[in-house]
Amino acid sequence: MSRSLVAQVFAEEWPRVVATLRRDWGDLDLAEDVAADAFAEAARRWGPGDSPDRPGAWLVATARRKAIDRARRDRRFAERLPALADHHLREPAQASGLVDDQLALIFGCCHPSLAREAQVALTLREVAGLSTSQIAHAFLVSEPAMAKRLVRAKAKIRSANVPFAVPPPECLDDRLSAVLAVVYLVFTEGHTSTHEATLVRGDLCDEARWLAGLLSRLLPEHSEVLGLVALLAFTDARRPTRIDGDGALVLLEDQDRSRWDRAAIAQGTEVLARAQALGKLAAYQLQAAIAGAHSTAPSLADTNWHGIVMAYDQLLVLGGDQVVGLNRAIAVGMAFGPAAGLRAVGEVAGDGALDDFHYLHSTKAELFRQLGDVAQASASYDRALDLVTNDVEAAFLAARLGSLAAGGDDPSGR
Amino acid sequence: MQYMLLLYSAEDAGPAAGSPEQAAEMPQWMAYSEGLVEAGAMVAGEPLHPIDSATTVRVRDGQTLTTDGPFAETKEVLGGYYIIDVDDLDAATEWAARVPLAPYGSVEIRPVMQIPV
Repeated sequence: MSRSLVAQVFAEEWPRVVATLRRDWGDLDLAEDVAADAFAEAARRWGPGDSPDRPGAWLVATARRKAIDRARRDRRFAERLPALADHHLREPAQASGLVDDQLALIFGCCHPSLAREAQVALTLREVAGLSTSQIAHAFLVSEPAMAKRLVRAKAKIRSANVPFAVPPPECLDDRLSAVLAVVYLVFTEGHTSTHEATLVRGDLCDEARWLAGLLSRLLPEHSEVLGLVALLAFTDARRPTRIDGDGALVLLEDQDRSRWDRAAIAQGTEVLARAQALGKLAAYQLQAAIAGAHSTAPSLADTNWHGIVMAYDQLLVLGGDQVVGLNRAIAVGMAFGPAAGLRAVGEVAGDGALDDFHYLHSTKAELFRQLGDVAQASASYDRALDLVTNDVEAAFLAARLGSLAAGGDDPSGR
Repeated sequence: MQYMLLLYSAEDAGPAAGSPEQAAEMPQWMAYSEGLVEAGAMVAGEPLHPIDSATTVRVRDGQTLTTDGPFAETKEVLGGYYIIDVDDLDAATEWAARVPLAPYGSVEIRPVMQIPV
């Protein structure tokens, strides 16, 4: 019973406690340790009818007490104690300060002086409160390796004095894009694992959506934050149907749309409208518009393909890469026919830079298949199979190829 | 907090020694160094002679071994340094980005370890 109350408040209160204690002491390690101690004590002490009215305040006060206890035992902190102790014990955690403290924690964990994989690990540990072993498991590395990654990142933060602060306005967009990239990477790692037989690792998708939601509460006026929230909601809405009972990939056109998560789609629609109302067109928002066009369409044919092509055009104007160009080519194929789609592929891949990218070849294969060119389609599937690394995607491509060889029967039954 | 800025560039990058381009670059270096002094951030800073003047010393089994040249052959070589005193890594990064060599070389930022006395 007491454990479930602690679990209920954990997601909300963990980053607040870590952020407050980190600001108090200027030390991430200490903040993380005493936050963990405070939650452990809550798990022992909170019972039915015996829990604090304001769990957050209780947790912060407990963590602060533990920090002082620790400082009394540890010389490294004892030196700073006289200047800090009174201020710690008296100052209440105010709402506005809490927002800045949490933003400072997030921007610090995603500081550009840290490697992207360190940013991801730190964000999941310090902001989302995942344990080292959970993060190690999610990213398929050993627990000691992940622990080392975290220790090294925290050592750099300390020795190089990496600032944990809300960036000044002129840097905010740049710094925010690094934070959003971390959240998006956590989501895609959950959504399409590159090297594991399981295609969707839902926990990471949940964590990414939670992180994006936290950011949108801390920065409610930033269209790209809202764009990311909407993008993740629309994409995640299709999670229940992306793989079948045997673990095989199910194409968008074959997914049972009645099983898509209506609540997630409604959230995506509402948040995307808020992002668009801010009147600042940017990448996540456009990707959300595309994902939304899919997730709200009654069927593949009844999808707003022209609108999707336009959104891809805008993404390319904003500097979208060749993957965006390939996705656009598929949409062009749906809107204007497979021959037009293949011409669009040619525009993207003409220079040969994508020849080692399986997605180029599976895209061409699909368009050739739609054109009825079995020879070209099977050659492209062969090439894609040589290059693909995810087992589930490989099985899917093999099935497509097999259906061509069997006489062109579509495995989806069309 | 003190940071060392290590200024690296390929020997053929940037203006050649004695060229008019190098003369034209000098005021930028002067302005940069003066900017550090005015900001109260300057601790030290000097250019180094070219890499062919380097000698590397190792002591192995009590023997001092000297080698002509740098410790490791790399494309970009250390050409000078600054030690600056600023608040945090963001401030150090701003100064590093303003070093005149940054557009054609690279500036490594290393926090200077504070030895308690």
